[in-house]
Amino acid sequence: MNTILQLTPVQVGLAYIFVLLVLLFLRLTGIRREKELLISSIRMTLQLILVGYLLVWVFANPHPLITVLIIVVMESFAVFTIWRKFRKVLTRELTRVIAGAMAIGTLSCITYFLLIVVQANPWFNPQYFIPIAGMMIGNSMTGISLAVKNLTEGMTVQRNIVEEALVLGATPRDAAREIMNGSFDAAILPTIHSMVGMGIVFLPGMMTGQILSGTDPTTAIAYQIAIMLGILGSVSITVFLLIQFGYKTFFTAQQQLRP
Amino acid sequence: MIQFRDVRYQTILDIPSLTIETGGVTAITGPSGSGKSTLLKLLNKLISPTSGSILLDGIDLSSIDSVLHRRDVVMLRQSPELFPGNIRDNLVIGLRFRKNQLPPDEDLLAALQTVRLEKALDADTKTLSGGERQRLALARVLLLDANIILLDEPSSALDESTAKVIFETLTSYARDHHKTLITVTHHADFAQRYSDRVISLVGGRIVEGGAV
Repeated sequence: MNTILQLTPVQVGLAYIFVLLVLLFLRLTGIRREKELLISSIRMTLQLILVGYLLVWVFANPHPLITVLIIVVMESFAVFTIWRKFRKVLTRELTRVIAGAMAIGTLSCITYFLLIVVQANPWFNPQYFIPIAGMMIGNSMTGISLAVKNLTEGMTVQRNIVEEALVLGATPRDAAREIMNGSFDAAILPTIHSMVGMGIVFLPGMMTGQILSGTDPTTAIAYQIAIMLGILGSVSITVFLLIQFGYKTFFTAQQQLRP
Repeated sequence: MIQFRDVRYQTILDIPSLTIETGGVTAITGPSGSGKSTLLKLLNKLISPTSGSILLDGIDLSSIDSVLHRRDVVMLRQSPELFPGNIRDNLVIGLRFRKNQLPPDEDLLAALQTVRLEKALDADTKTLSGGERQRLALARVLLLDANIILLDEPSSALDESTAKVIFETLTSYARDHHKTLITVTHHADFAQRYSDRVISLVGGRIVEGGAV
C-alpha cells in the first residue's frame, strides 16, 4: 500500500499525449499558438529536469552559501520576469520599488516561516528552504504583477481624476487612494479565492505532490495549511510595500503628477 | 501680491515680469493655446516653471509645501472631473482632503444656490448635464473658502444668461469676502465688465495689462 510508484521516463513521455492533443485542437481551430505551446512544453521539461539534478546535488551538499545563492537567483529572476512584462510602462524608480518590495516582503516571510513555523535545522536546509522560498517568491511575483498592472493602468486612465483631487488640496496619497486600494484588492483576491476552494474544488499542487511521493496526508495537509498562510502573508506584504512606495513614483518631489 | 520673475514654462509660456495684486478680480484672456490654463496651473502649483520663479507675498512657491499651497490657492479646472457618488460627496470632497469638519446640509444647499444649481444633495452626479457639472464643481471650489480662487473658463459650458449671473455672483462673492479671484475667460466683454484688471496673453506672452 505504501510503496511509491516511480515514474519511468517512458511513463512521463506518455503524458505528452496531452500536448499532442492540444496541438491537434490548435491545428483544427486555426489558433496560432503551436509554437508557444511547443516551446513552453519543452522549456518546462528541460527546466524541471535540470532543477531536479541541481536539487539532488544541493541536497547532498547543503551549504548556507549555496542556499543563499539560489534564493538570490530566484528573486532576481522574479524581478526580471516582472520587468520584462511591464518594461514599456515601468520607470526606473518603480522597478527599484518592485525589487525592494519583492526582497523585503518575501525574505521576511521566508525567514519567519522557516525559523519560527517549520523550525528548520539548520536554517539553510535546502530541502525546506528552496521549495518554501520558491512558492512564496512565485506567488508574490504573480501578486506584484497584478498590482503593477492595476497601479500603472489606474494612474494612466484616471490621471484626470487624480489631478482633480490634487487641485482640490489632496495629498498625493489621498489623490491616488482609490487606485492604490483597487490595486491591492486585485493583487490579493486570487490568493484569497484559492483558499476558499482549497480541499473542495481542488487539492493544491504541493500537497498533491507530497501525497503522491508517500507522505501521510495529515502531514501534507499541515504543511499545506501553513504554506498557504505563508503565501498569503508574503503576497500581501510584497504587494502592500509595492503600492505604498510605488504610488510615490508617479509624483514629483513637489507633489505634482509626473508628465 | 503675486509676482512672476522671468517665468518660462516649456515653450508654452514666457513671462519676464508680472505682478497681480491680491484682492479683487483679475481676468486672463487670450486665444486658445495662448497659455492661459498653464498660467493658472503654475499658480496652483499643479506644475512648476521650467525656469524663473513665482512669488506669493514675497515667498517663492518652489519653497512652499505644494499641498498646503493648493489648499490656499484653489482652482477650478477647465474640464472639472466629478468623483463617483452623489452631489453631497462631490461638494465635500475638498473638505475631506483637508480633514475638515463637514458643514451641515444648509451650507451645502446654500453653495448650490450660489451657483444656481437646484438639485437634491443625494442626486447622483451621473444625472447632471455638462453645465450642471461645471456649476457643481464651482460650488465645490467656493466651499473651500480659499484666499485665492483660480477659475479656468468657469462659464464654458453655460449659456450666456447663466454665465452672466455666475460672473456677477462670483465677483460680488470675491469683493464681499476679500478674496482674490483670477479667472480665465474667452468672454472678452465679461472680462472688461466684471474684472478689476485684465491680462491678455498671446502665444504665451503678455500683450497688455501686465503689472497693475
